[in-house]
Amino acid sequence: MSRLNVVKPNKAHSTSERLIREFEQRIIASPPGVCPVDMQLSFLKVCHAQTCGKCVPCRVGLGQLENLMEEILDNRGTMKTLKLLEETARNIQLTADCAIGFEAARMVLMGLEGFREDYLSHVQEKKCTAAFEQPIPCITLCPAKVDIPGYIALVGEGRYDDAVKLIRKDNPFPTACALICEHPCEERCRRNMLDSSINIRGLKRFAVDNANADQVEVPKCAPSTGKRVAIVGGGPSGLTAAYFLQLMGHQTVVFEEKPKLGGMLRYGIPNYRFPRERLQQDIDAILSTGVSVKRNVNIGTDVTMEQLHKEYDAVYVAIGAHTEKNFGIEGAESKGVYSAVGMLREVGYERYPDYSGKKVVVIGGGNVAMDCARTAIRANAEKVSIVYRRRQKDMTALVAEIEGAIAEGVELLTLQAPMRVEADENGCVTALWTQPQISGTYDKAGRPRPVKAAKEQERIECDIILVAIGQDVVCGPFEAFGIPTKWNCLVAEEDCSIAGMDGVFAGGDCVSGPATVIKAIAAGKAAAANIDNYLGFNHEISCDVEIPQPKLNDKLPSGRIHLTEREACERKCDFEGVERNMSLEEAQQESARCLRCDHFGCGVLRGGREEKW
Amino acid sequence: MVNLTIDNQKVTVPEGTTICDAAASVGIMIPKLCYLKEINEIGACRVCVVEIEGKETLVASCNTAVEEDMVVFTHSRKAMNARKTNVELILSQHDFRCATCARSGNCQLQTIANDLDIFELRFPQEYEKNDWDQEFPLIRDASKCIKCMRCVQICEKVQGLNIWDIVNTGRRTGVNVSKGRKIAEADCALCGQCITHCPVGALRERDDVEKLVDAIADEDKIIVVQIAPAVRAAWGESFGMTRDQATVKRLVAALRKTGIDYIFDTNFSADLTIMEEGSEFLERLSHKEDYAWPMFTSCCPGWVRFMKSQYPDMVSQLSTAKSPQQMFGAVAKSYYAELLGVERERIFSVSIMPCTAKKREAELPVMNDAGAGQDVDVVLTTREVGRFLRAKHVMPQILKEEEFDMPLGAGTGAAVIFGVTGGVMEAALRSAHYLVTGKNPDPDAFHAVRGSEGIREAEIDIAGTKVRTAVVSGLSNTRRLMEAIKNGQAEYDFVEVMACPGGCAGGGGQPICDGVELADVRGERLYQLDQEAPIRFSHENPSITQVYKDYLEKPLSHKAHELLHTDHEAWQMPLAPKK
Repeated sequence: MSRLNVVKPNKAHSTSERLIREFEQRIIASPPGVCPVDMQLSFLKVCHAQTCGKCVPCRVGLGQLENLMEEILDNRGTMKTLKLLEETARNIQLTADCAIGFEAARMVLMGLEGFREDYLSHVQEKKCTAAFEQPIPCITLCPAKVDIPGYIALVGEGRYDDAVKLIRKDNPFPTACALICEHPCEERCRRNMLDSSINIRGLKRFAVDNANADQVEVPKCAPSTGKRVAIVGGGPSGLTAAYFLQLMGHQTVVFEEKPKLGGMLRYGIPNYRFPRERLQQDIDAILSTGVSVKRNVNIGTDVTMEQLHKEYDAVYVAIGAHTEKNFGIEGAESKGVYSAVGMLREVGYERYPDYSGKKVVVIGGGNVAMDCARTAIRANAEKVSIVYRRRQKDMTALVAEIEGAIAEGVELLTLQAPMRVEADENGCVTALWTQPQISGTYDKAGRPRPVKAAKEQERIECDIILVAIGQDVVCGPFEAFGIPTKWNCLVAEEDCSIAGMDGVFAGGDCVSGPATVIKAIAAGKAAAANIDNYLGFNHEISCDVEIPQPKLNDKLPSGRIHLTEREACERKCDFEGVERNMSLEEAQQESARCLRCDHFGCGVLRGGREEKW
Repeated sequence: MVNLTIDNQKVTVPEGTTICDAAASVGIMIPKLCYLKEINEIGACRVCVVEIEGKETLVASCNTAVEEDMVVFTHSRKAMNARKTNVELILSQHDFRCATCARSGNCQLQTIANDLDIFELRFPQEYEKNDWDQEFPLIRDASKCIKCMRCVQICEKVQGLNIWDIVNTGRRTGVNVSKGRKIAEADCALCGQCITHCPVGALRERDDVEKLVDAIADEDKIIVVQIAPAVRAAWGESFGMTRDQATVKRLVAALRKTGIDYIFDTNFSADLTIMEEGSEFLERLSHKEDYAWPMFTSCCPGWVRFMKSQYPDMVSQLSTAKSPQQMFGAVAKSYYAELLGVERERIFSVSIMPCTAKKREAELPVMNDAGAGQDVDVVLTTREVGRFLRAKHVMPQILKEEEFDMPLGAGTGAAVIFGVTGGVMEAALRSAHYLVTGKNPDPDAFHAVRGSEGIREAEIDIAGTKVRTAVVSGLSNTRRLMEAIKNGQAEYDFVEVMACPGGCAGGGGQPICDGVELADVRGERLYQLDQEAPIRFSHENPSITQVYKDYLEKPLSHKAHELLHTDHEAWQMPLAPKK
């Protein structure tokens, strides 16, 4: 025997490695709606298989936890079982020698707290709370419940008009969502089990690029009901509600504060991400249903909520979250300090800033910070830096946005907490002072906290500071009218109604706080349905497009098609769209990757789709 | 049209045809368990899997459409191995102690396992524990359920009730009463459609044969049996008899061999129902403003349960007339006991029904108007009667036809069509016309109410009075009709409802022939019997004339009310769960 050997990879080892990687993907694709206790038990079994077997708590204890959980799942458990499970898990957490044991136990304890209801249901009611209500992952995770497998199949057949029509059944902003949706639908795509999720947004983009929304006819409106609904706010939520209410035969009137419609889609998202003419396509289609619009109307001064409430049969408040959060550090009032929303709003008015020769610092790590930084680059800034308290990995912005910003020359200064703004004798910004941070222990959400590092404060020289630390809702006039508020948001029920107020509804960012466009659309859809019922009707929204039969595609793993972008050095010089569409070849391949969960698997049980709502 | 090859045969079928149907078109019957055409095409059992040339994985032939030039092998080694393994997997979770199963000999799983030479199982057996209210007329045995989901789908899609649902997830996924309810707490109509669409023996009626056997053994009891109209169109199926052979008179002969004392016909009390319900309708019509409209028939207990649970505020619109089964029971224990000169308590009243809901109806606390216990002591389904006759060593095939006993054995053509959707309406219209005009109409004048569409409307002219009628069968159809009535989109005077699609002919207590809907052929048989009947008007039934003359006086008399009408509000039914 040789004294030392060079280890060559063997097949068993590399297969195990690969299985581990693939299992990770599989976990990502866990279908929504399965029993959390059952999933927990399966995780625990994996943990137990990882044990080396040396220590009692891990070798024996994890097995006993499994037995107790089996008992609970088989509805043989009692409150005593639950107590023993908890005590044993805590013991393992306290006494296991290494992470294999104590982390396994911690996860069990986390589940016991986090989905206690499910445990209790198994123990007390002898039943599981989980059920396959809607087993198609992409549709389940889409807030507006768009028929995704349906339109993917339509794109595959080149039926782009029909794809747009089908999307519109649930979402009248096909173009907006094709260009800027955060696509939660892709998160648990079952295709992750084979390779990676379908590029759902990319396929939607292919549909709307080949069948522009304003060229695809909207459905016919139901006969007029004679009812009138006031919509406060012409953003995605308000316009969605207006669109569906028009289809239901009600006359809507949108009151918009600004000169143009679109809300944050226009006054928050720069043209290079969402070209204005594309936004206009969605808006034109929506308006073609007969929505009436009053622009430049301010609620409180031009018209009051009381008036709207009196004159209309129902009111939907969807004013969004357009005002900046207070930036409360020393020197914040200096000349050259601007809010991100203010700057993006100006761009929305088509008043572009000129930062020639200026050094710009953007504070924040979300998508708005990226929008600001990339806009500053396009405004000819000499240098643009993003200052953020945490690590790049902790940023809430989409990875593609961060990468796009970096490619265009934005610098990331991470683990830097802004301390004060330095200004010259004229009150103009000269620098931002920051306190370096160290990534610390996790907070409740599982994100590491930034903690003050044992380092000196740093000076970042700059002429402009753009503050992107969040947005607020202008609650004033609505609060005065009597709509309750909490944490600076309007308080509405799940059905968008306002407790104790007849005929008043609210939804979108002004209720949820700043969120995504698809959530705002979903709220508008829910509001439309509930306003329709409130008005004494039950109009159904459906779509008569026939969905193609699934084909017998081979299920060979293949690469996901990514959208490409214009070259950074070229695109950063203008405000034109950055993203390129798929080619026909790419779109067809990507569409064919769809596993058609509406037909295969549990989806087929209830016909694969909700044909109307 | 699409051209393909299945097992080396060229096949041409319309676009969109499934592989399974394409194969069937050339006589290749691919076995399947979960499939129910247009109702459950979910490809869950994976027994119908076939191999397609050029494809690695097998596909479910039941829900995969054919493609041009496809080459399919339904019994290649690969396909057969897969099918066999999947059947074994199903058996590993199915209690296959077939000897004690109601579906033994009529079970798809049993047949397929046998055909595939599965004589030992390579997997250990582990089946779901059963926990069920054995008193309820609908019995579910979880240890036999193969999770095909047919019951869930038939109840939701055809009957619109969602009594069944999928419960739990992962390996514990199963079927049970929805919303965590016990079956007795559910708004189950007891139509039994889940039973007749179960491929195995996981669902069946509560077996009451023993009660009859015990009663026969009790010398003090006088056993009186009634046979429902729809039973005569179906009872022979489980004996392999043709409909021409399996006449009701041959069933009479068979039952007479078992020790039953008197064998009567529910057609008698169906005619009685027409007299009472028809008169009630005319009475309501003459005080139109005193009633909510339309009036609904009340002879289908599944429908009455549906009405009470789904539309409790409309129960007063049900005719107060009892169903023929209950009228018969009340008359048997009163009028007939008197005719025999025996104490009412000695009569043991048995009904043979195509229906599972009838079992519950007979047990209702209000159904004891003759004052001698329940008016109907035991209800057997057509299926139970088949078993009972075999246990009594009766071979109906070799028996000569025999007549019903009299007087309660007399029935008309109008009564026999009670067993098919539209029949009650048609029979009622025939007699209503007579009651109004004093003249018989052409018995075939009301064909407008016949047909197999779920909802049928007809406007009938009775001596210048327009009667707007609707006939509906299947509870999803019924719900649509009820909503239209509630919303004011439809207005009628008289509505007939049957819970089972096609009416009692397709009843949940009828013999099961997996994958085939027999309601239509059985219904046709009933229409044929009506056509051939010497008397085709209920009011001309001589026994009916007699019973009114000797005992009941006239329709809607005090005595008739006492024995033949009921208060639908006097008993409780679980309400539909809130959405």
